[in-house]
Amino acid sequence: MGKIFRFDKDVDTDQIIASQYLLFPTIDEMKTHTFESLNSEFAAQVQPGDFVVADENFGCGSSREQAPSVLKALGVKAVIAKSFARIFYRNSINIGMPVIVSKELYDAVADGDSMELDLEKGVITANGREFSCTKLPAQMQAILDQGGLIASLNKED
Amino acid sequence: MGMTMAEKIIARAAGVECTKAGDIETVTLDKLMSNDGTTHLTIDMYNNKLKNPKIADVSKLVWIVDHNIPADSPKTAASQKKMRDFAKEHGITFYEGEGVCHQIMMENHVCPGELIFGADSHTCAYGALGAFGTGVGCTDYLYAMVTGTSWLLVPETIRFNLTGKLPEGVYARDLILTIIGKISANGANYKAMEFAGEGLHTLSMADRISVCNLCVEAGAKTALMEVDDIALDYLKEHGREPKACFKSDDDAVFSEVIDIDLSTIQPIVAKPHFVDNVVPASECYGVHIDEAFLGSCNNGRIEDLRAGAAVIKGKKVAPKVRFLVVPASRAVYKQAMQEGLLDIFMEAGAIVMNPNCSVCWGACQGVIGEGETLISTGTRNFKGRAGHKDSFVYLASAATVTASAIAGEITTADRV
Repeated sequence: MGKIFRFDKDVDTDQIIASQYLLFPTIDEMKTHTFESLNSEFAAQVQPGDFVVADENFGCGSSREQAPSVLKALGVKAVIAKSFARIFYRNSINIGMPVIVSKELYDAVADGDSMELDLEKGVITANGREFSCTKLPAQMQAILDQGGLIASLNKED
Repeated sequence: MGMTMAEKIIARAAGVECTKAGDIETVTLDKLMSNDGTTHLTIDMYNNKLKNPKIADVSKLVWIVDHNIPADSPKTAASQKKMRDFAKEHGITFYEGEGVCHQIMMENHVCPGELIFGADSHTCAYGALGAFGTGVGCTDYLYAMVTGTSWLLVPETIRFNLTGKLPEGVYARDLILTIIGKISANGANYKAMEFAGEGLHTLSMADRISVCNLCVEAGAKTALMEVDDIALDYLKEHGREPKACFKSDDDAVFSEVIDIDLSTIQPIVAKPHFVDNVVPASECYGVHIDEAFLGSCNNGRIEDLRAGAAVIKGKKVAPKVRFLVVPASRAVYKQAMQEGLLDIFMEAGAIVMNPNCSVCWGACQGVIGEGETLISTGTRNFKGRAGHKDSFVYLASAATVTASAIAGEITTADRV
């Protein structure tokens, strides 16, 4: 079980990690500033295995890969949204962080609720209900299964 | 079945006869641009995560320090040094302080028909020269740098048929903000936005770059424009030849076709905190501003500086307003000097700065404080984009931004 941190629609990558932290030397130095503008307690409160749940168009805006990277570094197990902006979606898969499209979950949960995710079966359980996850395209699922694009590249070599 | 421009460019890059929206293709990239926003992380992965680090074709790489130049802190300086040293060691084409990455790419590198990855979302600007530019993160960039290839889901295309001509005092910025307002912040998610029609030929290269550049704010994967004489002249002036000039076939399949009569476009402002939150500029008249910014990959070209200078010549920036003028490249800066534009801005009380991304990305010069308001020709008005999380950014054309700097509140050029 993990705790849900719930966000509205059109959350852009500047909100996930602001520009002024992007040139810090490492992701670990950036991660304490995650979601600073929307929820200044997020980085302190989130625990490994927790989830981010959002409305439409999560991760729009800048191509900064730091956005999914800080979420992963804080232990976020997956981001579940009604839809994702394409660069964030692709970046997340590339670093091995599951991003899941669910049209229903956002409206059925509140901030602070608990949920469970069975990635293999593609099923989310929250508030006594089950929600099915939209499947990834095979190409992306293969990258995710190998732990990300770099792991898959190292395997090719 | 006919193909769209996007399909034709991907087919060329994939070495296949034809492809269609929804297919996944393995493509060979023509160029790979990266800037100081993420390159330090790419280098760390290259050095520490790869089993077999190598660069497939170093001649395709272009690295540009533009976001935080000159450096604002020891941490930034260290990240940029890492980039500079790596570029030198591997013989990568490298620019520093010469301008905003997309302007440098348009002036020196982009050719029609190319498929280009840029580690920056506004890479879609390259469509102004009929090239498929798309933004990627640093892992995708690294994979392409090492293998020379990547995979792409072939996008559907929304086609915009342009007719007519923009009215006097109305600019490309007003056009693209109108379009984003119409289709919304994810209206073109995963899709290509293609612009064609007789109206296209009335737009200058500066206009075209401005339109294509902002398409990612509607979620677009890329933006594309047919290559005409204006584009070919620009290319020739900059000493380059087209790779291939594509246009969509008459029987190409578009997900949607939208007609835009340019003569109906009016001055527009995008209000905080979303680019699709657009209204006629007149609805924002009287909004107090603390800072105005003229620059960025969207509106820092000579045409934009001319538009601003024409508005402010002989007038003064309002008391207590900072007006930042930031040419998009060294070439633009020099041209503006020769034309006397920088004198006009400085005599009016503007702060003229070196070519860089400046307050458009809100991490170095010109950031705004708590409760402050900026009117900007930058690319985004997200919450906190220009500095403090509780500040406000309005987006508008060069003329509207300059007029607002004079008035100290949002207004249009016809009112100052």
